[in-house]
Amino acid sequence: MIEFIIRRVAQAMLVLFVMTLLVFFGVHVIGNPVYIFASSECTRECLDEIMANLGLDLPIWQQYLMFLGNLAEGDLGKSFTFGVPAMSLIWERFPATLELATASLAIAVAVGLPLGLYAGMRPDSLVSRAIMGFSMLGFSVPIFWIGLIFILTFSVRLGWLPSVGRGQTVQVFGVPVSVLTRDGLAHLVMPAFTLSLIMMSMVIRLTRAGMREVLHADYIRFARASGVRERRVIGLHAMKNILIPVVTVLGMEFASVIAFAVVTESIFSWPGVGKMLIDAIAVLDRPLIVAYLIFVVVMFVTINLCVDILYSLLDPRVRVGGGGP
Amino acid sequence: MAPVLELRGLRTVFATAAGELPALDGIDLAVSRGEIVALVGESGSGKSVTGFSVTGLLPSVARVVAGSVRLNGTEIAGLRGEAMRRLRGRHVAMIFQDPMMTLNPVLRIGTQMRDALFAHERMGGRAAADRLERALAEVGIAEPRARLRQYPHELSGGMRQRVAIAIALLHGPDLVIADEPTTALDVTIQGQILALVQRLAREKGTALIWITHDLAVVAGIADRIAVMYAGRIVEEGPVDAVLDSPAHPYTRGLIDSVPATHPKGQRLPQIPGRMPTLAELPDGCAFAPRCPRRSGACADRPDPAPAGGGRMVRCFHPLAEGRA
Repeated sequence: MIEFIIRRVAQAMLVLFVMTLLVFFGVHVIGNPVYIFASSECTRECLDEIMANLGLDLPIWQQYLMFLGNLAEGDLGKSFTFGVPAMSLIWERFPATLELATASLAIAVAVGLPLGLYAGMRPDSLVSRAIMGFSMLGFSVPIFWIGLIFILTFSVRLGWLPSVGRGQTVQVFGVPVSVLTRDGLAHLVMPAFTLSLIMMSMVIRLTRAGMREVLHADYIRFARASGVRERRVIGLHAMKNILIPVVTVLGMEFASVIAFAVVTESIFSWPGVGKMLIDAIAVLDRPLIVAYLIFVVVMFVTINLCVDILYSLLDPRVRVGGGGP
Repeated sequence: MAPVLELRGLRTVFATAAGELPALDGIDLAVSRGEIVALVGESGSGKSVTGFSVTGLLPSVARVVAGSVRLNGTEIAGLRGEAMRRLRGRHVAMIFQDPMMTLNPVLRIGTQMRDALFAHERMGGRAAADRLERALAEVGIAEPRARLRQYPHELSGGMRQRVAIAIALLHGPDLVIADEPTTALDVTIQGQILALVQRLAREKGTALIWITHDLAVVAGIADRIAVMYAGRIVEEGPVDAVLDSPAHPYTRGLIDSVPATHPKGQRLPQIPGRMPTLAELPDGCAFAPRCPRRSGACADRPDPAPAGGGRMVRCFHPLAEGRA
């Protein structure tokens, strides 16, 4: 297990190195952020002064070495735009994204699993076909379009739900949370549902496929032949087998939902890290972009590790050191 | 005394694109208390379908369309849902072929056994654990307590089949349908499992239907034998009489194809051709196209007729007794 974790971390380091290299030089090639910050009256001297302040006057390779040096000390640099440490900006915004992603994961599982189970048990029924059609739409219709249609319908037409921001939040252990207030919940519903659609479609398809396969398994027949109640057969005997692929895929998908909730956050002006990333890219705020992407890599590695652990809990055959044959 | 299980004219069809095809075409069979009946035939002859028709576990495309299934004198054909579930495990249990697949790979042995136990009985956790340990000990599993905490992949194939047998016998069912339970096992383990099931069935007076294609197994375990071909029982009777002097040409062919019964160095006789699929069943005797004794009469369907020695045979030209 330890060896496994060490190997994972080593891989992550390599990914981090390559990623910083690409982003650092890539952003440099795109343009000089100074021209975006500086006012139009700024003279040559004024521009040089800003560049010197930000360390942009040095050759790019020297900037990169400095960056690596600081990184080794855990310092990811200050945002060009805000002048505060990039990491603190990310931490400030991250709870909003995490809340949004968690809510959409919950919706995806709560809606997708039962629908998938039903479609798997009655594959030929009309309802099942409707469910599968819905999941196909969820995959293929662009998120931004769905988000806009939701806003048009529920905010503009019906006026039921607010379309912008997080609403009223409550501090839980110093972290602002929307889901606990009525207003916050109303703000959360639309973006969370929009963000959940792809995951939901995936859960539906995986659950259905798993169900259809598992229902023909001998161990399900045997459980039924032993008189085990149908609810128990489906809810435990079949379910635990179905969950294995669902958990694997959802884990990976969850990480990318957190990392790239950009579109949804932009549409609903959700004050999360995704929106922050878009803003940072718009002004070429390199430290913030790099810091965020490092953050994403670390998060992916962590979540994948969690999935592996969860996976081994579900499937005793892959349990590390489980004493199997 | 009424037989534990009595099938009369059982007909099961599969709904396919080509229409409804008869997988079972009028099965008559009776099994008494403590009796072991072997159901023999090639793959696709309807052996397994017979078992699943009794327990109501047919695949969704198949259904029983005619005939009666009486368990302890009560009609159970067409029972569904909870009424059928109450019978399964308690009055009629099943054991399947592949012990690798019969037990759920992601649930502990104890969980699976407990679910089967609680399906029909309520009891406390401690009492249940004791009961399960005793059930495992009864099928010859050492350290039953430790086994309950293990997963199927931690046990050998023979051990898994023992667990499946323990689950099947948990409620002392009146009838056990064993669907090729030894086919996937090593020969030595096969013998052990055979002896185990035979002993338990005799001790408890359980009626047993043993589905197999292995005639050597039949000779060792069964009291009576029913030979199936294309959804019909073509010959049925006491195991010694049928195996020593088969009356149906198909039974004869089956026995002759077993290498052990044949003199060394001679070419092993085979039954020419293959069993017709359900879609291409002839109107008359289904075996006629492969039969060395066929005649014009075989274009009609033969009815079961007594053939001496307590036997029934479906053939217009049965082999004379003792001619084997």
